[in-house]
Amino acid sequence: MREIVVLSGKGGTGKTTLTGFFAGLGHEAVLADVDVDAANLHILLDPRVVETEPFVGSRQPVIDPEQCTGCGLCTELCRFGAIDRGRVDEIACEGCAVCFHACPAKAIRMEDVISGQVYTGDTRYGPFVYAKLGVAKENSGKLVVRVKQRAREVAARENKPLLVVDGAPGIGCPVIASLGGADLVLLVTEPTAAGFHDLERALGLTRHFRVPAAVCVNKADLDEEMTAAIEDHCRVVGVDFAGRIPFDHAVVRSLVARKPVAADDSTEAARAMRAVWQRTLALL
Amino acid sequence: MIVAVASGKGGTGKTTVATNLALAGPDRVRFLDCDVEAPNAHILLQPELEPGTPVRLPVPVFNAAKCTGCGRCVEVCAYNALALVGRELMVFEGLCHGCGGCVYFCPEGALEEAQRVIGVVERGRAGKVGFFQGRLNPGEALAPPVIAAVRQEAAAAEDQLDTIVDCPPGTSCPAIAAVRGVDYCLVVTEPTPFGRHDLEAIVEVLNILDVPHGVVINRADLGDGEVEGFCRERGIPVLGRLPFDPRIGRCFNTGRPVVSELPVWRQTFKRLWRDIRDAVKGAGAGA
Repeated sequence: MREIVVLSGKGGTGKTTLTGFFAGLGHEAVLADVDVDAANLHILLDPRVVETEPFVGSRQPVIDPEQCTGCGLCTELCRFGAIDRGRVDEIACEGCAVCFHACPAKAIRMEDVISGQVYTGDTRYGPFVYAKLGVAKENSGKLVVRVKQRAREVAARENKPLLVVDGAPGIGCPVIASLGGADLVLLVTEPTAAGFHDLERALGLTRHFRVPAAVCVNKADLDEEMTAAIEDHCRVVGVDFAGRIPFDHAVVRSLVARKPVAADDSTEAARAMRAVWQRTLALL
Repeated sequence: MIVAVASGKGGTGKTTVATNLALAGPDRVRFLDCDVEAPNAHILLQPELEPGTPVRLPVPVFNAAKCTGCGRCVEVCAYNALALVGRELMVFEGLCHGCGGCVYFCPEGALEEAQRVIGVVERGRAGKVGFFQGRLNPGEALAPPVIAAVRQEAAAAEDQLDTIVDCPPGTSCPAIAAVRGVDYCLVVTEPTPFGRHDLEAIVEVLNILDVPHGVVINRADLGDGEVEGFCRERGIPVLGRLPFDPRIGRCFNTGRPVVSELPVWRQTFKRLWRDIRDAVKGAGAGA
């Protein structure tokens, strides 16, 4: 099974639009959304959820006030400022359990925290796995890994040769987690200085982890000069350029209708996105 | 007054709003770019940056001569960042959160703490704007310590200067590190089902963190009415509606702020800043 992860560096460049469009192309594939703290692909794919799996991402301390002697060692040792006078700040806590191991009165126990849900569903485009991180919960990286595991299980079961993953913006924890096992990263950028700047950082990341990358520019006609500069940059650094997608009101219309852009080539954006996916799949 | 500019969804226009707010708003202002994975405000504000301060995270260093192979360090590590192979300890630095547990609990004193660099905080000035930004090194996973370092370095000034915090997108640890404890959060969204979905997520986080907030709808003419409906339903004030204007992107690209290029926008952002100030005063009076 081969795996493509769609990333961007900068947010809002069109990762989900492009992944949603891929769904409509009719390939034998499993789709996954690992932008777990702002998952949106399910809005376009409208899955019928067949399985919901609670995700235990971390553990947090619970203090027994009966046993606590108020010695303050936990507060002193906590590097995250998350425990003070018998109270745990659940948002600041990173689950390191130093307090639990150190407490001389054994007044602290660690409890599992359900930090999100993993959903496996059927869509008219094929199987789809996504997740929702609980409000103000951490360990999004681990949840990303779990979604990808689940998606691979589904791909194996249903004999699908391809997994296409809609990723998160940025270059940190959830993005790094999404690179594990990827055969190719498709980077979606936009012709703005910010888009270009963050693309370079994202390419720094794919180089660091030695994952092949291809680049496409969305809303390319909003600044032709910047688009040309990005394409040149790709040539210079030896990264495949997968194409340009024009700004098209049809994209906004299909988004508002909660549907992927129709893969019927009736719009400029659709023709361009089809070409981008053809080039991208050829690189696998 | 510290005002965060945040959004659940990426690419809604946080940085455009935050930078223009800084330029059109108060006479003197501090600007913190806390989107350390994708810091972009410098492109628009063009500050002269001083050499940066490295952001360090503690990491264990192993002394094989003292190790008895008891495995206590591996047992206490909650992040699977340590593995003992015979009496050789492998440290996976990228997984380490720097909690210090392994060092504290090693009965033989075979572990010490060193510091490794995961990013940088840079400061500079652009006219009336005192500028701070954090940059996470590519390949590093933990953005929150870099965000905390930016906020600490700015807070050290202790001059009560109005401060604008440009936040990372999303609703997990990095966004929380940027918005926690601010006086007000301006949420930038777009009127699409994606914008509406992610707006709800960030509003839930802000409610838990007890941060007063209002909404700006960007590209307000491209989409549907669901965001307006959601705000009405939840009683969240909509402080501004910005129409889609392709000139904004081009201004950004050339480093020319919208408020100086397009005068109509200066008034918009001036008013927005005034409304935020009133909202913060109102919240203070209500408390």
